[in-house]
Amino acid sequence: MSIIRYRTPELATWTPFDRLSPLRDLLDSAYRLTGSVGASAWSPALDVYEDADTVTVKVELAGMKKEDFELSLEDGALTVSGKRELKEENRESFRSERFFGSFSRTIALPCPVNSDNVKAAYEDGILTVVLHKTDEAKPRKIPVS
Amino acid sequence: MSNPATIENRTASPGRLEYVVPAVNLHHDTEGFTLEAEMPGVRKGGVEITYDEGKLTLTGHRAAPAPAGNAVYTESTGQAYRRVFDIDPSVDAEKISATIEQGLLTVRLPKAEASKPRKITLG
Repeated sequence: MSIIRYRTPELATWTPFDRLSPLRDLLDSAYRLTGSVGASAWSPALDVYEDADTVTVKVELAGMKKEDFELSLEDGALTVSGKRELKEENRESFRSERFFGSFSRTIALPCPVNSDNVKAAYEDGILTVVLHKTDEAKPRKIPVS
Repeated sequence: MSNPATIENRTASPGRLEYVVPAVNLHHDTEGFTLEAEMPGVRKGGVEITYDEGKLTLTGHRAAPAPAGNAVYTESTGQAYRRVFDIDPSVDAEKISATIEQGLLTVRLPKAEASKPRKITLG
């Protein structure tokens, strides 16, 4: 399990007359200076879903290529890792909020899964990993005799 | 760690919708500005960009996700994205263009010809 704390994206209540608040920006930049600094000080958002046959893990990461992801399954935990490269271009940056660099998230799965039947797809910036439960893990009807 | 069974856009009161503010990188070069906004889950049909009197509004609505069962653990809010920018008057509004790829919206804002850096010769 990653001990890097995931930072919830800022929710903004929107009215037609709202403006981008300069005060909020100032507070945001002050927060980032004191934010966590580490080998991978960044964590993409992760969701886990479960139905009768499968466990689905979704990781939100825009602007990547599917080759940049690395998936591994070990001891009932799925690890998604990779690196998002910053394009070195000849331009000046006004504002840099997007995170770049390597990331890694390990999630303990809610039940045992088949390691040879894992499908992953990357679409619209969301990596979806579908794992199939082992037969023992599927819900079973027990008849009352 | 909350486990909502369904994820929906909550309305705090009538007429108020809640949006997530997307992370943005803003660069500039001699030709103009480039804005990159992260909107995972949004594809071309879900993007709405309007430019009105110096304000650029980017809105992204997520494509309906494939049903995957009950939520065990969620960090994503599943809400739409919205952000407004005040645009420099040197930008040529007619030439603003945008593309979206893998949830990354890139908006190109070229500067008007008259605003580009140029040499001024002594006459």
